[in-house]
Amino acid sequence: MLRINCPFCGVRDHEEFGYFGDASKVYPALDAEQRDAWFEAVFMRENPRGAHREFWQHVGGCRRWLVLERDTLSHDIAAVHVARERPLP
Amino acid sequence: MSTSRLASGGRIDRERPITMSFDGRPLLGFAGDTVASALLARGERVVARSFKYHRPRGILAAGVEEPNALLTLGRGATQEPNLQATVLELQPELEARTQNAWPSVRLDLMSLNSLFSPLLSAGFYYKTFMGPTRRAWMFYEHFIRRAAGLGVASIEPDPSRYDWQHDFVDVLVVGSGPAGLAAALAAARTGAEVMLVEQDFEPGGSLLAQPGDGAQGAWLAAMLGELSGSPNVRLLTRATAFGLYDGNTMGVLQRTAPGLADAEHGVPRQRLRVVRAAAVLLACGAIERPLVFAGNDRPGVMLSSAVASYVNRFAVLAGRRAVFATSNDASYGDAIALASAGAEVLLVDARAEARPELLAAAQRAGVEVRLASTVSQTRGWQSISSCQLVPFDLASGCITGPGNWQAVDLLGMSGGWTPTVHLSSHRGVKPIYRSDIACFVPGAMDRNQFGAGAMMGTQTLGEAIADGWRQGLLAAAASGKASSNVNADQAGGDCPAPPEQEFGSTAFAALPPAGPRFRRGSGKAFLDFQNDVTTDDVDLAHREGYESVEHLKRYTTLGMGTDQGKTSNLSGLAQMAERRGVEIPDVGSTTFRPPFTPVTIGALAGRNFGAHLQPVRRTSMHDWHLAHGGQMMEAGLWMRPLWYDSHGADLANAYRAEMDHVREQVGIADVSTLGKIDVQGPDAAEFLNRVYVNGYAKLAVGKARYGFMLREDGMVLDDGTTSRIGEFEYFMTTTTAQAARVMSHLEFLLQVVWPDLRVTVASVSDQWAAMSVAGPRSRELLQAAFPEVDFSSEAIPHMGLAHGTLGGELDGVRIRVIRLTFSGELAYEVYTGTHHGRAIWGHLFAVGKAFDLQPYGLEALGSLRIEKGHVVGSEMDGRTTLEDMGQGRMASKIKPFWGDALRRREELMREDRATLVGLEAVNEAEAPNNGAILFFVEDEIKGHGRGHITSTTYSKSMGKAIGLGLLQGGLAHVGKEVVAASPVHGRQYRLRVVSPLFLDAEGERYRG
Repeated sequence: MLRINCPFCGVRDHEEFGYFGDASKVYPALDAEQRDAWFEAVFMRENPRGAHREFWQHVGGCRRWLVLERDTLSHDIAAVHVARERPLP
Repeated sequence: MSTSRLASGGRIDRERPITMSFDGRPLLGFAGDTVASALLARGERVVARSFKYHRPRGILAAGVEEPNALLTLGRGATQEPNLQATVLELQPELEARTQNAWPSVRLDLMSLNSLFSPLLSAGFYYKTFMGPTRRAWMFYEHFIRRAAGLGVASIEPDPSRYDWQHDFVDVLVVGSGPAGLAAALAAARTGAEVMLVEQDFEPGGSLLAQPGDGAQGAWLAAMLGELSGSPNVRLLTRATAFGLYDGNTMGVLQRTAPGLADAEHGVPRQRLRVVRAAAVLLACGAIERPLVFAGNDRPGVMLSSAVASYVNRFAVLAGRRAVFATSNDASYGDAIALASAGAEVLLVDARAEARPELLAAAQRAGVEVRLASTVSQTRGWQSISSCQLVPFDLASGCITGPGNWQAVDLLGMSGGWTPTVHLSSHRGVKPIYRSDIACFVPGAMDRNQFGAGAMMGTQTLGEAIADGWRQGLLAAAASGKASSNVNADQAGGDCPAPPEQEFGSTAFAALPPAGPRFRRGSGKAFLDFQNDVTTDDVDLAHREGYESVEHLKRYTTLGMGTDQGKTSNLSGLAQMAERRGVEIPDVGSTTFRPPFTPVTIGALAGRNFGAHLQPVRRTSMHDWHLAHGGQMMEAGLWMRPLWYDSHGADLANAYRAEMDHVREQVGIADVSTLGKIDVQGPDAAEFLNRVYVNGYAKLAVGKARYGFMLREDGMVLDDGTTSRIGEFEYFMTTTTAQAARVMSHLEFLLQVVWPDLRVTVASVSDQWAAMSVAGPRSRELLQAAFPEVDFSSEAIPHMGLAHGTLGGELDGVRIRVIRLTFSGELAYEVYTGTHHGRAIWGHLFAVGKAFDLQPYGLEALGSLRIEKGHVVGSEMDGRTTLEDMGQGRMASKIKPFWGDALRRREELMREDRATLVGLEAVNEAEAPNNGAILFFVEDEIKGHGRGHITSTTYSKSMGKAIGLGLLQGGLAHVGKEVVAASPVHGRQYRLRVVSPLFLDAEGERYRG
């Protein structure tokens, strides 16, 4: 029952969005021989109680990938970023 | 018409008599009656049998807390069980009946269970029938569940109509009692949009139990008058706020008024309203608790407030010789109401003292009061005939002397009040115990959530109204929508004056129901009426160590059932606390979860069932398929022809004939369901090169290439063909099933991972119709059908691309042709705009007559590809790698691509991973079946085996049943036999491992 303020479409019901998990990870370069870094980026996840940065896509709307700052406890959404402009950790 | 109906008074409409059917006999009453009030008016006492012991039960309450009086409504498809008589409006043409009794509630043969009641303690069934083997429980369970139970739901489809509605409001007020009304008005006067929801069919809450012609009735009328005249207020009755969810979202179930629901004309029976409120204000009131003494479940024993409710709201005298047993002030008003209506009333107050105003008022009304007394047990056949009154010391909880028996036909009891904290608990707000008023109240509420009135522990009508007003202003301010600048300091100033009360305070505080009082009298003393949980059961749970509130609940079933323990929870907690020697809050409080009262599945589903459950996607050739015997099946959301009955009477004959035709002549299949994505931009080549495992950088304009893409973890995501339309423009196809996922994947890569790439992607799946023309004569046919395009091998070689603009009747229609094969035959995919799909398809059949063109369906399509060892979703099941698919060599070694790093993890590179093999039947009669587990010949047939069969078909070309599978060691086993075991089918048989490329390994058929 979340309402997400999409930067392109305004406040919409979360049913229009797809959830895709942790957005705090940065993928290593494709060409680098960094198996460990890839392993870290793909599999290792924090499961925070509280502030969480996560990917959502407005699948049923503008199809933009967004990064939400959501509290896993209260479900409050502190900020919505366009994914490509997201602040990196 | 009945003996217990008063000649005047009440809120019933005597001008509108109503007759409904109850257990096959007419039940008379008036508009404004509940089924319960009509039954009481007729003098009915036994209206139900209890869950386990089949004890006779009567009406306990006058609202949603009723645990006993559950009825079944309607028959056949509309049958609905477990409806509370105390909530159900009396309505004509309604057929209600009692349940859980045979042959009737008056004479219930299953009450023999009572004789065995010493055995039927908590956990009895499981302890006795579970051992020594589980088999015993499997056998007995059926009979036990039949004997102990509630009503029976219909198994026919519900013909009623249900709807969903979304509402947005500034302030949502739940409950229209004194606090809720004051809150709604306070918020409304600030200019906020207010919605007030009331579960009853009449607003007023506890005020409805007061005389309608008194000061309080006048206040209620005045409040409702102003609210209904306010354009910014919506008052919903018959609307239960059943769950409070994230983001101040309230689930509200609204029932349509009796007789108005009309499925044919679209009036729903119930409406689920999803209300999103800037601020939520809960004024849910409180529910009275029963006292705990022997025989407290006997019909004729009611909650004190319910007695007053029946007198003042329904003009029904529930008894003529009554005793009220209480330890709080509120019951005095109830006793006075009954006495004023003509009953003989005695009130026993466990307290040693009562306020003089109360005693004086009681005396004026003719109510005899005995202080320091209580009730210890009841007697009566079927319903109460007498009760034992005993002197009582509240401080010690002890009976202080001998009792005397009093003949009665009604006993009103009050063990204090429990605030209705359910909705705040839904948000995880822990209730806090207040020992001064012996109840749990909500703890600190969430932001923008407020509580008011009895739910928050206010004690008097005046307090409730003042609290409601104050909280209403706060909620309006918090919603941010109040037009005037309000703050809490203004509270009270404009508060409508509360009605004067006849006799001071009606404080409902009660001392905790703990102490030795739980052993009063001999016989069963019930805590939870609906689940037949007695004080003995709680003692047993305590002795056996089920001490925490959650264990207590599950072991004894205290607080379960359709009423979820609305009347029982606190008494159970109090007894456990007393036995353990701890305070009530140390035992804890169970967590309330939605729904507050039961919600029909139909309302939750709304219109989302049948054809509305999910969209149906049809290709532009859909009608043609239907007209030509296409047997349609759902694939994803698409409707696709599985086979055509023009080829044979059944699937097996048809698909083999369709396959033959493709291998020998020419066939056509509708492949419009493929995912199609336009990839454009200066960096498109680089992008595709990173997305696919194989190289796309050097793909020439006018050429197509088949490739795999991986997930980030290295597993295969999808396969498909991408053609280069122009220098910066590509046309990608995906499998039908993964179309949406691949689209999201590409968008993720472009927007998140590589935002620097100048590429855009657009889904064009719905814009293109597509058909696959396959078979040795496909080129001839297409050349004849589309003379505008050169189909020679030089012009369009294997994996080549051609475009054409048609003439003649199809003047101006553009087609795109890609020469590629799924079947292994010479084949072309013809694409055109969706709106032209049907015309092109028809044109091909018109020209195709000379070539004996035949359609083929999904089954033949699948079988043709199995013969060629092409993989689909059954093989690319999300757990398989490129190597597992036998495609490891396709991965580029000179460029990096998505998924490359993790696909080479040690575990994924092991020699003994299950990889793709072909399988063929050894014995003609033993065809492989999908999902069978594969074992080596020397293995014991046990466990997960060495792999499994993924796809099977009959290959006419091979003259035998064949399949594909994943087998440990893969192609190293070619030529060997393996054992396939299918435990669910009881089958075990041998297969030979072969190459997955069954047919034409050199590819001569399609390259020519």
